[in-house]
Amino acid sequence: MEDKFAKTEIHKPENIVYKKSDLMVDRPLSYCPGCGHGTAHRMLMEVLEEMNIQDKTIGVSPVGCSVLAYDFLNIDMLGAAHGRAPALATAIKRLWPDHFVFTYQGDGDLAAIGTAETIHACNRGENITIIFINNGIYGMTGGQMAPTTLPGMRSSTSPYGRDVPTMGHPLKITELVAQLPGVYYVTRQSVHTPNNVRKTKKAMRKAFELQKENRGVCFIEIVSNCNSGWKMTPVQSNKWMEENMFPFYQLGDIKVDGKLIEKKETVE
Amino acid sequence: MAKIKGDIVINTERCKGCEVCIAACPFTVIQMSKEVNSKGYHFAMKVNDECTGCTNCALVCPDGVITVYRAKVTTE
Repeated sequence: MEDKFAKTEIHKPENIVYKKSDLMVDRPLSYCPGCGHGTAHRMLMEVLEEMNIQDKTIGVSPVGCSVLAYDFLNIDMLGAAHGRAPALATAIKRLWPDHFVFTYQGDGDLAAIGTAETIHACNRGENITIIFINNGIYGMTGGQMAPTTLPGMRSSTSPYGRDVPTMGHPLKITELVAQLPGVYYVTRQSVHTPNNVRKTKKAMRKAFELQKENRGVCFIEIVSNCNSGWKMTPVQSNKWMEENMFPFYQLGDIKVDGKLIEKKETVE
Repeated sequence: MAKIKGDIVINTERCKGCEVCIAACPFTVIQMSKEVNSKGYHFAMKVNDECTGCTNCALVCPDGVITVYRAKVTTE
């Protein structure tokens, strides 16, 4: 359809202020409409492009919705067994210390089956960047309850809401790994508003800069939505996330330059 | 008088119609179209001339379908 408001005189390459990163493969993403994965992928690629380290970066994709990340990111990628991405990233970083290594994991991958690998890789202080997408649910397999599911939150395996006495408390793995001495930078961000997207990009940039200085693990949690799993529209799910996820998973830096940041009491 | 003008170009075939860009736009430049693309999604489209090229919509678009242009144009 012809856009009647199009201003063709400013459609010149020198006037472009934003376009999709060239490091994203020109292929439709397999994610649901409104999923935060796409934005997180794009910000990651923009950071690599800005730092001009795309030829020296190796990513490790997880098992979950983002298992096909290697199809969309035009850099070297490896697929790890479920939850084992930090172990694989350790090996890559030790074999190629001059390369940049990151893992991109979801909450079912990092906080459930891969808890041991995550905690030990963080405790050893490997010089890797871990990007953790937390949507409080197992999105790919059909919205089952994950360790990060909020108390009272409905999922396909907790249809009456997560009952804490029988199903346990949600796991704040980001706060957990922040206690470890091998971890240098821990932050929690989101990608649902333009401002938060910019902050996330800044955090990713910082993590890769710190990896250059061999400071230790940089851990970035991105609180994301799962509108299919939560059975909401994308806009509703972003609102729900602001109202319910953020009081529990508070956004902001948790550990900067190896020092924990004092925080207000979390709302239970 | 020189004025900053912006414009967006939406790759409608790649748009999945999540409407996140509509919430992000400070000038309500974007609305959903009544037509659908070949995948059957209602796609986002530009409906007025208020765009300043702030890139908010392009930043939040999960599929990166929006390209933003910004230029100084002289108006009488």
